[in-house]
Amino acid sequence: MVARTPRALQLLTYGFVIVWVILSTFPFLWTLLGSFKVTSDFFGLDWMNVVTGEFTKKQTGGALTGENYQRLWVDQQFWRNALNTLIVTVSVVVISLTFGVLGGYALARSRARYAFWILIVALVFRAMPHITLISGYLYPFFELGIWGYLPTAIIVLVAINQPFTIWMMRSFFLNVPTELDESALVDGCTRIKAFWHVIMPVMWPGVVTTGLFSFLLAYNDFTVTVSLLSGENFTMVPKLNSFLGTVMYEGSRMNAVAAVVSATAPLFFLVMFFQRQLVAGLTQAAVKG
Amino acid sequence: MIAMILLIALPLVGITYQSMFREHQKPLKEVQTCTADFLTNTQKCETSVAVDFEKLKEQKGIGEFVGLKLYGGYKLFAFEAIGKEWEKRKSLSQFIGRFFNLPFYNALIFTLTYTFVATPFVILLGLIVAFSINNLTRSIRGPVIFAGLLPMIITPLIGALVLFWMIDGNGIIGSAVQFVVGDPDLSLKASTPMVWVVILIYGIWHSTPFAMIVFYAGLQTVSSDQIEAAMIDGGSRWDRMRYVVLPHLMPLIIFVTLIHLMDAFRVFEPIIGFSAEAHVKSISFLIYESLVIQEDKLWGTGSATSVVTVIMVLILLTPVLIRTWRDFRR
Repeated sequence: MVARTPRALQLLTYGFVIVWVILSTFPFLWTLLGSFKVTSDFFGLDWMNVVTGEFTKKQTGGALTGENYQRLWVDQQFWRNALNTLIVTVSVVVISLTFGVLGGYALARSRARYAFWILIVALVFRAMPHITLISGYLYPFFELGIWGYLPTAIIVLVAINQPFTIWMMRSFFLNVPTELDESALVDGCTRIKAFWHVIMPVMWPGVVTTGLFSFLLAYNDFTVTVSLLSGENFTMVPKLNSFLGTVMYEGSRMNAVAAVVSATAPLFFLVMFFQRQLVAGLTQAAVKG
Repeated sequence: MIAMILLIALPLVGITYQSMFREHQKPLKEVQTCTADFLTNTQKCETSVAVDFEKLKEQKGIGEFVGLKLYGGYKLFAFEAIGKEWEKRKSLSQFIGRFFNLPFYNALIFTLTYTFVATPFVILLGLIVAFSINNLTRSIRGPVIFAGLLPMIITPLIGALVLFWMIDGNGIIGSAVQFVVGDPDLSLKASTPMVWVVILIYGIWHSTPFAMIVFYAGLQTVSSDQIEAAMIDGGSRWDRMRYVVLPHLMPLIIFVTLIHLMDAFRVFEPIIGFSAEAHVKSISFLIYESLVIQEDKLWGTGSATSVVTVIMVLILLTPVLIRTWRDFRR
């Protein structure tokens, strides 16, 4: 039985969806367009200039210009920051997935009382504002002389991410019936073999989803990287923030605009590619709680 | 596992310990600088105060032990300042105004407002958009969801910046608001209440997609049998919504509320993105200020603020923890 939707309601829902889509995409399209203009257009007196590119035409000849990107990537060596981001995100994803898969498996199969407590502790840690942890790390790191380097930031990010990955992986492992383990064990596999050859192949969707969220956390992080990395080791986001500092030079704000677009692009394509897994993962996390 | 406990639990102990120490006062000494004036052949000497670097080197560790004193300091609970204001008070409302100008209370009130005002909006908007998407034809749902998710997946700092540039008095949204209100000098960045509103709107914009996607996922699992039964029983569309769909979504609503409370409580990036620290500071921002922005790092104060924050998060979580504990006992 299919319910007929009344015309008015239909229109209303379409209206809401259109409004929401505009609200969520327009700012990005606007900035994308603006990143090809000069400062006096994007931060000028009249927003219409962003569309018409009045000053851009005067200064460069065309209505669009690539000079912001040129300045950002070549003069400011933004590729170094991009490389740092790549190193940090990949390491965080790989390390936290390894721990997450093993820990999640152990917790999902364990009936011990401490397993419950570990989960609760993980939940509490998940709730801690990241900056409160930073204040604990900062001083010892200064003293040990390991402040400012990429591996330090990676370890801290993994630690922050760990409660979440363990929760996620546990709920995925709960979906795998114990009979699967048991039958493998009966067939003469060792625990490790059973885990690797029987359980893991079923788990790939879960691993991909969790990996995706870890990626987002590491990639989007500002708090940890800005506090724990030294200026020359900055990843993209803190570097972007440094363009907004008090020292203003010609085009420094346009650098930030170009950096915003550059940093958003990979995220955009990645999520477009993995959207299905993302939604499925959220569904599962939500339904399981 | 061990790594997690080591890297999260240890710092928590660390900050409690650190919070009991005050930073070293920089030892000062008087320095005489003499310049010879060759024209008149005299010597001019000036005495100035400078940092004594030799003594500075002698200082070890994080500072002198002051116990819980820092918790009462100006940057945190500021008992002394409150006492003074209370004695100087002209009226109660003036005292309350002064009270919320103290850094910690100011940040606390903003953080709480942000947390508790944004949450209902996020839930409501998320529900509306999720229902709307659910009514669309299947083929265009994918792209719509993708577009709708953008504010969530974006780097928070970047999202805030993008909006910040648009609300400038000459930017597109800023101009639009000026036009609607009819006041060409209105600036969304200049007055404190405006900045609060803007950051709240940003917060709602940023968090709604998460609510939306979770509710949308929940809607897919509403059993059609129940809906049909309700229809046969003559329930109107509104009745079906109220008695079948909403109860089904209830656990998800609680879940989203919980997650959003946690995330909202650590609000930090938008304040940087909107360059709003002159108007609002959240608790996270206060800690960041003591530890990162300041040249002479206030280890103790930063840690003390962190400890207070951790305790507040625990209080916020207590109802959930108690419920989980009961479920576990059963």
